[in-house]
Amino acid sequence: MKAAVHSFETAGTLDGPGIRFVLFLHGCPMRCIFCHNPDTWAAGAKKLMSAEEIFSEIKKYSAFFAASGGGVTVSGGEPLMQPDFLIEFLELLKRNSVHSAIDTCGCADLDAKAEKIIELADMFLLDVKHADPDGHIALTGKSAEKPRKFLERICGAGKRVWIRCVLVNGITAGAEYAEKLGEYLKPFEGKIERVELLPYHTLGVQKWRELGLDYKLEGVAPTSPETAAGFRKILQGKLPVTEIA
Amino acid sequence: MTDSDNAQEWKSFKRGAWSCGTDVADFIRLNYEPYEGDGAFLEPATERTLKLWGQVLELMKQERRNNGLLSADVSTPSAVDSHKAGYIDRDSEIIVGLQTDAPLRRAIMPFGGYRMVHSSCEAYGLKEDEKVKEIFTKYRKTHNAGVYDAYTPEILAARKSAIITGLPDAYGRGRIIGDYRRLALYGADYLIADKKRQKASSDNSPMTEDVIREREELSEQIAALEAVKRMTLSYGIDVSKPASDFREAVQWTYFAYLAAIKDQNGAAMSLGRVTTFLDIYARRDLESGKITESRAQEIMDDFIIKLRMVRFLRTPEYNDLFSGDPVWVTESVGGMCEDGRTLVTKNSFRLLHTLSNLGPAPEPNITVLWSEKLPRGFKEFCAKTSAESSSIQYENDDLMRPLFGDDYGIACCVSPLVIGKEMQFFGARANLAKALLYAINGGVDERTGVLVAKGFEPIRDEILDFDKVMEKFDKMMDWLSRTYVNALNIIHYMHDKYYYEKAQLAFMDKDVVRKLGCGIAGFSVVTDSLSAIKYAKVRPIRNENGVAVDFEIEGDFPKYGNNDDRVDSIAVDLVRRFMGKIRKLPAYRNAIHTQSILTITSNVVYGKKTGNTPDGRMAGVPFAPGANPLHGRDTSGALASLCSVAKLPFEDAKDGISNTFTILPDSLGKSEAEKIGNLCGLIDGYMANKGQHLNVNVLRREVLEDAMDHPEKYPQLTIRVSGYAVNFIKLTRPQQLDVISRTFHAKL
Repeated sequence: MKAAVHSFETAGTLDGPGIRFVLFLHGCPMRCIFCHNPDTWAAGAKKLMSAEEIFSEIKKYSAFFAASGGGVTVSGGEPLMQPDFLIEFLELLKRNSVHSAIDTCGCADLDAKAEKIIELADMFLLDVKHADPDGHIALTGKSAEKPRKFLERICGAGKRVWIRCVLVNGITAGAEYAEKLGEYLKPFEGKIERVELLPYHTLGVQKWRELGLDYKLEGVAPTSPETAAGFRKILQGKLPVTEIA
Repeated sequence: MTDSDNAQEWKSFKRGAWSCGTDVADFIRLNYEPYEGDGAFLEPATERTLKLWGQVLELMKQERRNNGLLSADVSTPSAVDSHKAGYIDRDSEIIVGLQTDAPLRRAIMPFGGYRMVHSSCEAYGLKEDEKVKEIFTKYRKTHNAGVYDAYTPEILAARKSAIITGLPDAYGRGRIIGDYRRLALYGADYLIADKKRQKASSDNSPMTEDVIREREELSEQIAALEAVKRMTLSYGIDVSKPASDFREAVQWTYFAYLAAIKDQNGAAMSLGRVTTFLDIYARRDLESGKITESRAQEIMDDFIIKLRMVRFLRTPEYNDLFSGDPVWVTESVGGMCEDGRTLVTKNSFRLLHTLSNLGPAPEPNITVLWSEKLPRGFKEFCAKTSAESSSIQYENDDLMRPLFGDDYGIACCVSPLVIGKEMQFFGARANLAKALLYAINGGVDERTGVLVAKGFEPIRDEILDFDKVMEKFDKMMDWLSRTYVNALNIIHYMHDKYYYEKAQLAFMDKDVVRKLGCGIAGFSVVTDSLSAIKYAKVRPIRNENGVAVDFEIEGDFPKYGNNDDRVDSIAVDLVRRFMGKIRKLPAYRNAIHTQSILTITSNVVYGKKTGNTPDGRMAGVPFAPGANPLHGRDTSGALASLCSVAKLPFEDAKDGISNTFTILPDSLGKSEAEKIGNLCGLIDGYMANKGQHLNVNVLRREVLEDAMDHPEKYPQLTIRVSGYAVNFIKLTRPQQLDVISRTFHAKL
């Protein structure tokens, strides 16, 4: 089984704990208006690689993963769109005792394959795009239902979970939204290890232009550290036992 | 001298082989206590310390303003007891002793060569002392004069064309570490008695050249120990007996080191591995209530202030090679004991803590001997201090301990030596990038057109063929290694004869093991050049005399530093090949051949003296430092770069493989805790891959750029270069630009 690979980063420190090999897969069901990797949306296979081929790259850096409490993060795109490959790849990582994390938006049916993936993966980095159902559709073009169910499932399965939220001025960076997000996540407190707040930046804009796409957030300023700090304070108030990073 | 004579000083120490012989390592193993905790116990600098350090900083400021020299005594050739006692502030100093009678006043050391004295005086506008000049040019031969009596025309030509550079033929060779702890543990009288016994052991031997030389050397050592006693008495301190408490142990150890730096202006004057030894005394005093933690830190802070003040009078040419006035007061700290315990003690933390108490500084050259098994608390403390100060280097204890035991120290930057038992004949380095050009050009220098290596035919092909180039290059390396080792043998013969390190060898065993420390420069340039020739099409552009002065490269080629075996295997082969050639050559005094891949800051000068190379590097552009990939060519992330360097075989470069690594703070992770954890993981991973040495800088390019324009804002800004740290604002402008042009990894 070969994967449609967009690219990989031999050592990331920003996608999960420790030093990690980050594999970016092609294809995504969502069309988030703040996406900074729109070049991974298309499902069309650009580069096909087998799990073994990818793992031979990973092996070169295994000493660093082991030493830092790191491992492999599968990101994208949306990794759950290539479930057969993902199952094979996660099994390979497990056999070699390499820690695995899936960076996902959770937009998938909880079928047998998804259940297998949840069983095999050590950890999930789950994006919560928007806490409000209408807001979710406006932002991503997709319903919030599946991601919510996915969150319930991985928390129920006792997986290590980090939630990631992009803070966009005027959409998901305000005080009111912070309250709403807190309520959305409240039922999972104690199960979620950390919530990471990712201030919106404009580094992805160029990619939109190159792809000839219309960038809807044109003119929206990057989220300031002060805004992020204010947001964090409110969210921490709502979720006192969760680490807000 | 017997055990009972030292009953008071050795009270509560567990006896062993050390108490009936001279064996500091044994003393440490029997008496130290590992510390597995964190840095929470540490104390800030006292008011006294801050005031004294403030005075020194002011003097250093004046020194910078005064073109890098505060003052000099040009009429008194330096010796262990040549100068009157000197102080910064006599009443408030806890550890005393300066190289001359005043702080930062530099002394002349003419035994290495009078030219160094002459040029230094000229460079700093000092008036030469006519009497000294007369003595050292007319009556007393120097090391430098001896070397030039024996150099061959071939060596002179190689030296002039800079295919061999940085040779220690005009000053002290350095790279010798006396076991300065011996003075504290045993006292001078015990050591003198021991040396007299050593000398007497050959009283009835046939007087062959070796025996005669040894007897003369031992006599020199005994005289040096007597001089140490006189020098310390001038400070009102008697070191005849062992040190009796922590302050004395630090003072005695420092005095022994001070004797070395008054006797020698060696390229690197390393301290060794004194921290855990001293902890034994600190712990004894703390347990008996004699001192508090604050006092223990204060004593260490005072010691470090002294080590930050070591100065030598050197020429501008020397500073071109080794920029920023370094002396390599290298102190190795941490590591594991062979019995499985860590050698980290509370004093290891105190030493690192001086970087917070006094602020960052390049000296002493703090070298953490890193083991996977080091306590987590110490690893994290190191990483945190590194991220704050960029003043620490890391060397792989798990790689070196099996070969050197658990009481070795680093001489200079990366060279492991067993303390008190091994010394090195420092050999600078041979320029392999230039050797490749010589192979292509039949021994003609590409810059001057002068025939340097005789008896070779140039390559006349339109496109360079890899196999043919390798065959020629291999022969040229034969020539280079021969010429190089010949030069080193001459240098070290003359150094022993005219500038013998009596004050250092006095603190070492009689049968010291000697290493011949050869080295390579231009490593990544020649690796990439060979890769270009192999994987792309390289067309030499020849001048009217048929000398290839430039190269046209068609197509891409794999570059060293991207964890790509196609080119990394070329790098590995080069290390093995050159070492193999060195090993075949006879070495003076049966020294054991080693080599390093280390350039210090001389990568700039070597680059300046090397023409266009087949990898596309332009003439005059600096080489990468040490074993680093060339600036900007390691484009696959920091780990890929580290993995390439870690492939180089330490068994064929036992004198060390230097790697300098700079990373932007934010790329290590989000939170402080994550950054520290990932930095530890990064070092652990590099060492697990058998990397030997890593300089860690955590800084932003903008800070350095601002420091170039506003040096006054950054008096203590410290960065690690190849194997040492420098005060950034003391670098020359080309060197500052070189540092800024190096790869700053924005991602791991």
